[in-house]
Amino acid sequence: MTAETAVVRGLNSFWSRIGTQIISATRFWGGFALLSVQIFKELLTAPFYFRLVLEQMLLLGVRSFFLVSVTGLAVGSVMALQFGYGLAKFGGTLYVPKIAALTILREMGPVFTSLLVAGRIGSGIAAEVASMNVTQQIDAIRALGTSPVKRIVIPRVLAAVITLPLLCVCADYIGLFGAMAVSESELNIPSRYFITKVLDTLIMQDLLTGLAKTVVFAYFISVAACWKGLNTEGGTRGVGETTTWVVVATAIFIMISDFFLTKFFILTVFPRF
Amino acid sequence: MSGTPEKALQLIDLHKSFGPKVVHRGVSFDLHKGEVLALFGGSGTGKSVILRSIIGLEKPDTGKILFQGRNLASLPEREMIDVRKKIAYVFQNGALFDSLTVEDNLAYPLREHTRLSAAEIHRKVDEMLALVDMKGSNRLLPAELSGGMQKRAGLARAIILGQEIILFDEPTAGLDPTNTRRLLENIKTLKKKGITGIFVTHDIPSAFEIADRVAILYNGRIAVADTVENIRKSQDPLVRSFTHPMD
Repeated sequence: MTAETAVVRGLNSFWSRIGTQIISATRFWGGFALLSVQIFKELLTAPFYFRLVLEQMLLLGVRSFFLVSVTGLAVGSVMALQFGYGLAKFGGTLYVPKIAALTILREMGPVFTSLLVAGRIGSGIAAEVASMNVTQQIDAIRALGTSPVKRIVIPRVLAAVITLPLLCVCADYIGLFGAMAVSESELNIPSRYFITKVLDTLIMQDLLTGLAKTVVFAYFISVAACWKGLNTEGGTRGVGETTTWVVVATAIFIMISDFFLTKFFILTVFPRF
Repeated sequence: MSGTPEKALQLIDLHKSFGPKVVHRGVSFDLHKGEVLALFGGSGTGKSVILRSIIGLEKPDTGKILFQGRNLASLPEREMIDVRKKIAYVFQNGALFDSLTVEDNLAYPLREHTRLSAAEIHRKVDEMLALVDMKGSNRLLPAELSGGMQKRAGLARAIILGQEIILFDEPTAGLDPTNTRRLLENIKTLKKKGITGIFVTHDIPSAFEIADRVAILYNGRIAVADTVENIRKSQDPLVRSFTHPMD
């Protein structure tokens, strides 16, 4: 094989990989959009499965609470520590409460909570739905005259969209507590001062924009996991691949969309306050 | 009084492909009221796809499936829900919901489609469990059942609404002789009650025991359709390749 042939083959393989990626991305976004349309259509028609939504909320919330709490505490503590030592060089240690609070509420709380939920719950939803699909349980739901979107997808999507913001609020408060504890013990910032500064700095929009992000992330995590699960083929191997795909895809989505959401809120919400 | 038997279901010129693989090239047959039709064919010839098309889990590329004056092949998913209350599909492996007990699995269609009270649902579930020789299994999870029991529970769940037509997808596949016999007895009991059904299988002796007519799917079409007696006696090489595979 000449060097020229090797280059041509390499290029062909490169373009073929790009083509495959474009096709699978198009298939995903098309499927995501169609499933979303179906969700909104069926959301408004009877029967309604409130019990299933509550069950999923409980599962999602309970399963993730410990993880989210520990991460929130760790993130808050580490941020206070890093900001404290960094700002000390410029005599700005007293700005730690302000910066830590804004960062936790606007960014770290929503993003870390969503990433954890994507890993813990997104993969769980994908694995469960994919297993049901490969064992024909999804077909059975349809064959018995019911809708998999109503029975399986909608309860999980609603549960995620309701529970993730609640988990985020918990993570925010625990993160602030961690930051306050570290500020007191490591940076000699009194807790009373910390709380006063946080209350002076924060506005409701800081919390709400953070929570709005989690609603977007929760919707994406749950719908992507359900869509991938419903389209899983290839038995147990397919289930494994689906789970991995969901974790990677949702993590990438959260990171990229976070930038655009932040930019959007900076342009629209924050200039007014 | 003799005459043309009433048609419960009519398949007309069904075509179906999966990518480049052509599965059906014009499948046509009638299912008469009160009869059980056994459907034979080699592996991968699309026998199950026919059943899945009837129940609407697959859509044929072209062709018609006529049931009570409606063409199921072009019916939207929303309207198929009504059809599925009249046509039952018995999955090969039972397809029980693994997070629900046997009782909840069987109660599922009743809770979804009827206004029966909890006590009435429980009574109906017990009745169906007795029919498939599984009395007292209410609280078991599917993972705690043997393969044969899963299939029988799947059968009980599929027919609990009293559907008019039952589609059996290889119900005896993978079962030992005892469980095969048990399941066949269950189906025979249903037959005595006058069910109409299609029985997809590789198990020729079982099919002969249950069916009134046999259809053979070959090369994407129904190559032969005749009564069990005529199929038994047939000297057609294709028919004999199923009925006397060792010849």
